[in-house]
Amino acid sequence: MDELLKIKELHAVADGKEILKGINLTVRAGEVHAIMGPNGAGKSTLSAVLAGKEGFTVTRGEAWFRGKNLLEMPAEKRAREGLFLSFQYPVEIPGVSTVNFLKTAIAEQRKHRGLPPVPPGEFLRAIREKMEWVGIDGALLNRSLNEGFSGGEKKKNEIFQMAVLEPLLAILDETDSGLDIDALRVVAGGVNRARDPEKAIILITHYQRLLDYVVPDVVHVLYDGRVVKTAGRELALELEKQGYDWIKRQATGEES
Amino acid sequence: MFDFYFLPIAKALAGRGIAGESPQRRRDAAFFSYFRDGTPRFFHALAARTVKTVNSIEKMDKNQENILQEFTRGEYKHGFVSDVETELIGAGLSEEVVRLISRKKGEPAWLLEFRLEAYRRWLGMKMPEWARLRVPPIDFQEIIYYAAPRRAGEERGEIDPDLKSTFDRLGIPLDEREALSGVAVDAVMDSVSVHTTFKEELAGRGIIFCSFSEAVRDHADLVRRHLGTVVPPSDNYFAALNSAVFSDGSFVYIPRGVRCPMELSSYFRINAARSGQFERTLLVAEEGSYVSYLEGCTAPRRDENQLHAAVVEIVVGGDAEVKYSTVQNWYPGDRDGRGGIYNFVTKRGICRGRAARLIWTQVETGSAITWKYPSTILQGDHSVSEFYSVAVTNHHQQADTGTKMIHLGNHTRSRIVSKGISAGHSSNTYRGLVKVARGCRGARNYSQCDSLLLGNRCGAHTFPYIEVANPTARVEHEATTSKIGEDQLFYCNQRGISTEDAVGLIIKGYAGDVISKMPMEFAVEAQKLLQLSLEGSVG
Ligand SMILES: Nc1ncnc2c1ncn2[C@@H]1O[C@H](COP(=O)(O)OP(=O)(O)OP(=O)(O)O)[C@@H](O)[C@H]1O
Ligand SMILES: [Mg+2]
Repeated sequence: MDELLKIKELHAVADGKEILKGINLTVRAGEVHAIMGPNGAGKSTLSAVLAGKEGFTVTRGEAWFRGKNLLEMPAEKRAREGLFLSFQYPVEIPGVSTVNFLKTAIAEQRKHRGLPPVPPGEFLRAIREKMEWVGIDGALLNRSLNEGFSGGEKKKNEIFQMAVLEPLLAILDETDSGLDIDALRVVAGGVNRARDPEKAIILITHYQRLLDYVVPDVVHVLYDGRVVKTAGRELALELEKQGYDWIKRQATGEES
Repeated sequence: MFDFYFLPIAKALAGRGIAGESPQRRRDAAFFSYFRDGTPRFFHALAARTVKTVNSIEKMDKNQENILQEFTRGEYKHGFVSDVETELIGAGLSEEVVRLISRKKGEPAWLLEFRLEAYRRWLGMKMPEWARLRVPPIDFQEIIYYAAPRRAGEERGEIDPDLKSTFDRLGIPLDEREALSGVAVDAVMDSVSVHTTFKEELAGRGIIFCSFSEAVRDHADLVRRHLGTVVPPSDNYFAALNSAVFSDGSFVYIPRGVRCPMELSSYFRINAARSGQFERTLLVAEEGSYVSYLEGCTAPRRDENQLHAAVVEIVVGGDAEVKYSTVQNWYPGDRDGRGGIYNFVTKRGICRGRAARLIWTQVETGSAITWKYPSTILQGDHSVSEFYSVAVTNHHQQADTGTKMIHLGNHTRSRIVSKGISAGHSSNTYRGLVKVARGCRGARNYSQCDSLLLGNRCGAHTFPYIEVANPTARVEHEATTSKIGEDQLFYCNQRGISTEDAVGLIIKGYAGDVISKMPMEFAVEAQKLLQLSLEGSVG
């Protein structure tokens, strides 16, 4: 089963406003896709709809994950099936430490997959190993999840969770923004280590920087709720130089 | 979403002045005077106060509304009514009723006098209105002041099977063979104590653990010496009412130097309709003794409101330690705010001797209205008091609860950890006072008041009052407010955690500090209760 994610003509509405206007996207195991596009294009909305956030209504189209109809599953089931979203704006969860949170998440995910619980020793070993991957401070992990974390710490924590949960498909929504130069390199290193022939990653980003470290196989440009251009990694370089104007012109030109 | 403030004593002493005569200020004054008895007159010189209010009634997203509603299905699990033959007196309150109660219990003249004096005081008093509560008018003539289940087999020292089965259903076996090991129970239904377990075993060590009525009969001198010394009958409106009509309750006496070998526990149950419950607890721990005491309570599900007005008095001698824990689960009313118990309770302890310790722990999930401020008067030098509380409000419940720590002795220490959880349309207020007397040197207090809001329609409020009259005191206050809404739950869902588990996880983490202070036998129960009362409240 080579195709991990297949999205066909996906339309989604929020508060009476159509935001996704026919998305087509196929992601195969082993691939890294980058999705770029101007502010408000619908990138976060796409990831939210895929992850199952309430408040968006899919009016048309399909989304398949590992051959299963994603749109029929509640959010927690999608996660248990191996879909991970690194949030653009991670929220604070009072009273729950990252470690405790991950323990629960892993237990639920393994239960869903019919696997026995992880022995505590093994869990701690995994935590320690993945902490190194992303260079996150251990003290953070015992505090309430994201509470009082700096912007960069929150993003690191997202990638740390990804590393621990080992999802089949990870969607990273602007994980690079808010990271300092060193942190970006470390986090990118963590993402690269998570690359696996069985797994896939979608990077949502505005900047070439991240793509210097995590080299994508495919680059898409999302504009006004549609994927308007798909090409190789050179597309990102071109966008960095020229901005989105030419794409917008092309897109609206094609339309009219 | 995250809020933090810290009030070192320097700032407290600088005194954010209170100016003007606002309604809030008048309310505050009433709150202060409510426990002026037993404490010296006020220390006005360096009064300081901080008041913080968080109120979030925002427009709610329709979608969140749905999730909230879907999860607001937590049902009260103790709402059944027992079919027990009950002796009732007519509704209404008068001097005659007070006399009748006293007569029914065969009380000595001094106690009748105590009641009558309290009744006369009560007549001249008004309902306190300073709390942040909307209390519908209570018709005191509509309430039944005495309801006693008639018991079969009492003379033979057996437990009435109907009563036994009621308490069995509540998970409180009254048969010593089945009883929770290490816990002695006094079970009180409506106005009378039904049964006390392990009485003989405790008596072997000189410990008295019995119903209040029995104590009046068998240990009159002890009761007379201490009754009303911590909470005088005229203390406040509800304490006066209780002093006039109290029916039964528990009495605990731990002699000098004795460590009570088991948890003592009183279990209060309202069963009869239209009756009020007015129990009285008196706990005396002599010098160098130790006891851990727990009270629990439940009531049937009914559409009318019922009044519960209890008084708890605790006397702690030098070097003695009392742990007083409460799991309050009175019927909270239904999801639309119909029915439920009005819980107006006065609880106070005094650390009388040097290095006495009094630890309050409470998990409050029940009652339609809660008005309660377990307090400690730290009289003995080096005495210590701690207060740990989780108060949950859901649906239309209202709580105005907190504590008062009155530092009189030198080098006295207190610690307050209060966790409020509000959900649904409820309102949850923390009101606490830390007072340091002028002549009290080296007092220390640390207070932490956290509020957790589930959804957008509930309110959390924090009123920490600090009055420091001695510059050697150190008083610290921290407060946080967190919110759990749709975004937090989606975040958990996205990691594979269901909404219900997410709420459980958050509550456990949030209230863990307090739960861990409960006696072990009850900690698990308390955690479950919290989860249950919120089941559903979140979305
Ligand atoms: N719940 C909602 N109701 C109405 N409009 C919404 C809602 N959510 C998103 N939108 C709108 O949809 C559009 C796409 O938003 P989205 O967050 O997906 O953009 P984005 O591509 O991620 O942008 P950015 O690069 O700034 O993160 C925006 O115009 C946004 O205001
Ligand atoms: Mg975005």
